[in-house]
Amino acid sequence: MASQQGSTAAPSVNGLAYPITDHTFDVVVVGAGGAGLRATVGCAQAGLRTACISKVFPTRSHTVAAQGGISASLGNMGADDWRWHMYDTVKGSDWLGDQDSIEYLCRNAPAAVYELEHWGVPFSRTEEGKIYQRPFGGMTTDFGKGIAQRTCAAADRTGHAILHTLYGQALRNATEFFIEYFAIDLIMDDEGRCRGVVALKMDDGTIHRFRSHLVILATGGYGRAYFSATSAHTCTGDGNAMVLRAGLPLQDMEFVQFHPTGIYGAGCLITEGSRGEGGYLTNSEGERFMERYAPSAKDLASRDVVSRAMIMEIRGGRGVGKNKDHIYLHLDHLDPKILAERLPGISESAKIFAGVDVTKEPIPVLPTVHYNMGGIPTNFHGEVLTKKDGDPDRVVPGLMAIGEAACVSVHGANRLGSNSLIDLVVFGRAAGLRAAELVTAGERHAELPKSSADLALSRLDGFRHASGGTATAELRMDMQRTMQNNCAVFRTGDVLEEGHTLIHKVAGGKDDIRVTDRSLIWNTDLLETLEFDNLISQAVVTMDSALNRQESRGAHAREDFSARDDVNWMKHTLAWLDQKSAKVKIDYRPVHTYTMSNDIQYIEPKARVY
Amino acid sequence: MVQLNLPKNSRVGVGKVWPKPAGATNLKEFRIYRYDPDGESNPRTDTYFVDRDDCGPMILDALLWIKNKIDPTLTFRRSCREGICGSCAMNIDGLNTLACNKGMDDVPGVVKIYPLPHMPVIKDLVPDLTNFYAQHASVEPWLHTTSPQPEAEWKQSHDDREKLDGLYECILCACCSTSCPSYWWNGDRYLGPAALLQAYRWLIDSRDEGTGERLDALEDPFRLYRCHTIMNCANTCPKGLNPAKAIAEIKKMMVTRQV
Repeated sequence: MASQQGSTAAPSVNGLAYPITDHTFDVVVVGAGGAGLRATVGCAQAGLRTACISKVFPTRSHTVAAQGGISASLGNMGADDWRWHMYDTVKGSDWLGDQDSIEYLCRNAPAAVYELEHWGVPFSRTEEGKIYQRPFGGMTTDFGKGIAQRTCAAADRTGHAILHTLYGQALRNATEFFIEYFAIDLIMDDEGRCRGVVALKMDDGTIHRFRSHLVILATGGYGRAYFSATSAHTCTGDGNAMVLRAGLPLQDMEFVQFHPTGIYGAGCLITEGSRGEGGYLTNSEGERFMERYAPSAKDLASRDVVSRAMIMEIRGGRGVGKNKDHIYLHLDHLDPKILAERLPGISESAKIFAGVDVTKEPIPVLPTVHYNMGGIPTNFHGEVLTKKDGDPDRVVPGLMAIGEAACVSVHGANRLGSNSLIDLVVFGRAAGLRAAELVTAGERHAELPKSSADLALSRLDGFRHASGGTATAELRMDMQRTMQNNCAVFRTGDVLEEGHTLIHKVAGGKDDIRVTDRSLIWNTDLLETLEFDNLISQAVVTMDSALNRQESRGAHAREDFSARDDVNWMKHTLAWLDQKSAKVKIDYRPVHTYTMSNDIQYIEPKARVY
Repeated sequence: MVQLNLPKNSRVGVGKVWPKPAGATNLKEFRIYRYDPDGESNPRTDTYFVDRDDCGPMILDALLWIKNKIDPTLTFRRSCREGICGSCAMNIDGLNTLACNKGMDDVPGVVKIYPLPHMPVIKDLVPDLTNFYAQHASVEPWLHTTSPQPEAEWKQSHDDREKLDGLYECILCACCSTSCPSYWWNGDRYLGPAALLQAYRWLIDSRDEGTGERLDALEDPFRLYRCHTIMNCANTCPKGLNPAKAIAEIKKMMVTRQV
């Protein structure tokens, strides 16, 4: 596959050349959420000249919305062990996670949390003044025997507290930020090495070409491919789409996590920590139905399990509300003082978006798209992988990916709550360490390929002058409805087949897209169109990967293939997208069935019961 | 001499009245500030009618509805849509707040929307916040310590942690600073309520050992002391925080360290 596709058009398609400003750095980080900022700090501390590009001011990144906490086996609230954390994560992943990466995550988690605390994160505290930890879904002690309190929390604003602290550290390390710059495409050379990235400065429309030895993508997930998501409007997976356009594959894209408790209607998140603090779900009969589906963990079963149970209840006619189409989350039995101290943020959200006083009434909730387990395949150093010449772990030189954009894979088929924040900082740190090994500060750069900005500029210019019959918002709505209807909590072959046809039709609609705003200054019409283009690539790949996987595992629940099939399907999906034909090519990588060290043995697959 | 009138090219004219959506019966009228940086023309207010039966309940829902269905050129920042990222701060019905957290029902009659006051406008509802961010950075918003780091966490008592409540929740939306007349007047030298709230958040953190230097940096006729307890900051904060109180606490610390 060519390293760049669709790069035939010259920069000056419509007669006006775009002026280009050039920058040279040792490392360029794209994205300023938790992972991007942690990597930026690491690279800067290693003495590498580092740029951090972001389409939003760093504290607006979606890490800010993480609520419940960050997992690490500190053992502040009872005995804990990173091996127990690892067991839970492997089980949560439904054995699709790579166990070497999971070991790296869990054993490095405590140090990463202490580092955050040393940097100033205002964690809630225990009576002894230690970091407060709460129970979370799927987190157990002693390999599944008891309920662990492993999730470190700053009330229910943990992501906000961490992101603002990391931003402070980036300032302290004199990071060179390029804020409100929209990254358009990677610069790949003929040998398949990543050489930099091209971005649009939003406030004046100038083009900036960043040349670097290493590009670290920390661009987050693509929740906005769906109609109802807890994800921010900016969660459009721009890095994932850049990787697809560079002719590289995405991994395990069929695994989309539905969070059990999005506010009905608005889709805003109510943290799993609310159930960690004692909240529970009920159906129209007032029954705590999770006791039937997960006798041991009940409301604290894994997210995929709880979401499916809620849909089963609604399908069984036991939904609540006028249309019997949602479920109640009860916090009204909890001490108002505890609610005020530990869950103040969601108490406010419930009031604003559902009109509910949580001390008196239940919150109407519904499973809502929340997290993408899939993404850019990497090893646990953050280096991007592809499959080439039979080698399933071939490193793509010059390119790394971390955070939700990456598929390390530590989350496998289903992520446990509070494992994403720890993923950000552990692998953000790992990327910085690896960058320091790979790059010598101030190292000379080779000349960029002549066509380095062509792909980005031809796309930009094409969309900027797009004058078809369908507004971006219409196509986006078609995509979001299709993903919501045809690639949801439960899936069947027929529905996915229909989804395949529909989503490819939406993708074909790109040729008829219309952009109204012709300006280059803060042209959000154009930016939303570039984001839609990014989203639809990922939507197509997600749908086709889901259609392809004929088993049920974690978040991918096929009603026509209801069991997990380890013989045929314990493998990662790799999906390439041909930009011209919009056809998806699928291949596989083996799951790493080995650990990183001898401190723990490979955890053998078994039935996943909570 | 101080110029008391707006310069001619800043006077806001009457803009376009966009047609009402066909067949809609439940309409809400919006008058929204527009500024086109590409042309020579003055800013204007455009009038839009939103079909409430086809639109979510929040002001941000209405802005998105307008952008998606009527006028894709309408420009504003937005991201999380749940009041935590601070992107969609703007002046709605005369009050600085977050469009995502403000219900349409809370505004009787016509909804008037302007960018955050007294900031340079880049386009429509998008202000330039560069100076605001630089002021926040100037208070060194990170933990200052000199003691050797413990292997585990720094201990902090429950009570000491409680002192951070009402401070750490700031989302840097700039509603408070841009509502402050003192900041309007001296925004170049007065740090403003948001940056000072952050300054106090680190001053009062029991783990922080940079109190003296932090106070030294604020000991200045402008940076701190231009707060005249007008209290607009506390009235407008969409997160219910009280920057004026934090500023008063810093002033108290200034006095007590001299006694």
